Amino acid sequence: MKKHRLSLESKRKVNGYLFILPWLVGFIVFYVRSLFMTVEFSLSDLQMDVVNGGYNLTWVGLKNYIYAFTAHGSFKQILTSSVLNMVVDIPLIIFFSLFMALLLNRKFKGRTLVRAIFFLPVILNAEAILDAIESATAMVATGVSASSQEVAAESAGIGMAYYIDLFGSLMLPRSVLDYIVGATDRITSIISASGVQIVIFIAALQSIPSNLYEVAKMEGATAYETFWKVTLPMITPHIITNIVYTVVDSFVSSDVVTLAYNEAFTNYNYGLSAVFSLVSTLVTCGILLLICGVITKKSSFYN
Amino acid sequence: MIKAVRGFFHRHIDAMRDGSTALNERYVITKNIKNILSTLFRVVVIVGICYTILAPVFGIIANSFFSNKDAYNPMVYLIPQAPTLERYQMAIEILNYLPTMFNSLVYALFLMVLQIFICSMVGYGFARFKFPLRGALFACVVITIVIPTHTIMLPLYMTFRLFDPFGICTAIFGHPLSFMGSTTPMYILTLFGCGLRSGLYIYIFNQFFRGLPKEIEEAAFMDGAGTWYTYFRIMLPNATPAVITVAVFSMVWQYNDTFYAKLFLIPQSQSIGIRISSLVANIANQYQIMDKTIQNLYLDAGIVLMMLPVVLIYVFLQKYFIEGVERSGIVG
Repeated sequence: MKKHRLSLESKRKVNGYLFILPWLVGFIVFYVRSLFMTVEFSLSDLQMDVVNGGYNLTWVGLKNYIYAFTAHGSFKQILTSSVLNMVVDIPLIIFFSLFMALLLNRKFKGRTLVRAIFFLPVILNAEAILDAIESATAMVATGVSASSQEVAAESAGIGMAYYIDLFGSLMLPRSVLDYIVGATDRITSIISASGVQIVIFIAALQSIPSNLYEVAKMEGATAYETFWKVTLPMITPHIITNIVYTVVDSFVSSDVVTLAYNEAFTNYNYGLSAVFSLVSTLVTCGILLLICGVITKKSSFYN
Repeated sequence: MIKAVRGFFHRHIDAMRDGSTALNERYVITKNIKNILSTLFRVVVIVGICYTILAPVFGIIANSFFSNKDAYNPMVYLIPQAPTLERYQMAIEILNYLPTMFNSLVYALFLMVLQIFICSMVGYGFARFKFPLRGALFACVVITIVIPTHTIMLPLYMTFRLFDPFGICTAIFGHPLSFMGSTTPMYILTLFGCGLRSGLYIYIFNQFFRGLPKEIEEAAFMDGAGTWYTYFRIMLPNATPAVITVAVFSMVWQYNDTFYAKLFLIPQSQSIGIRISSLVANIANQYQIMDKTIQNLYLDAGIVLMMLPVVLIYVFLQKYFIEGVERSGIVG
């Protein structure tokens, strides 16, 4: 009898599946199943079974959805404000991190130190540390005791209103001004949210082949033109990576998540919490698809 | 920069002394001014941003040494007049610092080792083997990065409250197991490549392995090495930059994580993050310190204690780490 032997190719196929097996099992058991369960929870009324430790589901149809959108007090506002914050922050973070990457990509003394400092916020991203940093920012600006805060507020000498007036007389539209003022207000959170993005952009900049720059130089392109014609098209795919990262990162810490968490574990309203989670996730994915679609369509790059 | 300034003035003075500010000289001068301005701009921006990042950290450290007197003295700014270590004493006591820290670090370390093994294996599988549905499955990896964990937090909670996949646990123990209040769910999730940000790590490893030359493996194959031998003895040692990147990321993020810790009710003795979040309440209840300002000083001391090991790890590994991030193609 001839022993049945696998060809080399199918052997490698089997090995490939073996390599990804742990993830595949986890993905099906924990992700796919959980997603289905979330949808199921959102369509039913869930009661914890205290005696047996399980739970009972009663089918209620779209009741939870209707409640969330028509009767619930704050869901719509929180969802809108979370999404708006995210949409406002994306361009700020992307431009800021691209700008910083361009600055840091040059060679200068102390570059390693500066990079280490820029990456510090990624290391210190625990919830408690972030809260403390926020209050410490106010403290550093003014001082720790209440009276010194009053003194600082009076003697700061930088009247924000004065500057807004100044720029207002430049005929900038009010909305643009508000945006810029808001951005400078949140500069700390923007900086601390763009650590990973800066590193991704630096890596992207270094992966651009240098002969492209040589050609640009030979043809007499200025630095400005080189940036628009060489650098930007080459890093467009990384802009998309960064947008995905930014959106996911800001979504995880947004108010909708807190709302969903509290609804489930403080109010024990599991069905409603599932609705919150699902709706916010769908909205986020929609935004992601929209942004990425627009960017890929607008930019044509040759590789 | 100083050199540039000096050079600029020398040339300028020379040009004036000659009395012949030729066109060429003027060009050089404008170019020099441009250079100095751009350097100045860069220095100002970088210093400013470094200040924004570092100032609150220094603020926290300074605060943690303030005595009550300093806290109420409006003249004290950053440097305490009567520094005290009392905040640290109390914080160490309430946090049960050394044992909790040890436990948290061991927990993060074990999970880190698991993450490196599992994620590198999966990443390698996706990078080097051709099998049906590979593209679709890799798209699923990306989906796990994009879908926030909180979407599936309820089902995860339910799953681990009564852990009984396919009735296996009932078959062995006679009843489903409850893993709430322990670190077991985290180990199980990580073991199956669904831990904290595992998708991202798989992605990093996949990108890195794709960038390695295929010839290494072919040579190993010709010399008679099997697939697994090649992976463990040849590919993994070659992936050091990616391994360091993932190691630091997973260690630090796991250590900082409070989301999973709260979801799975991980006991306080295992996670310093949980203890920090109840530090203020503890101080208020046990020691009747109700003043918000003073409470925050204790919190600052606790935060410094929590940051300490992470910052130390970062300082030691940062050179390899940043290089690793850049070389391992975290990039798409």
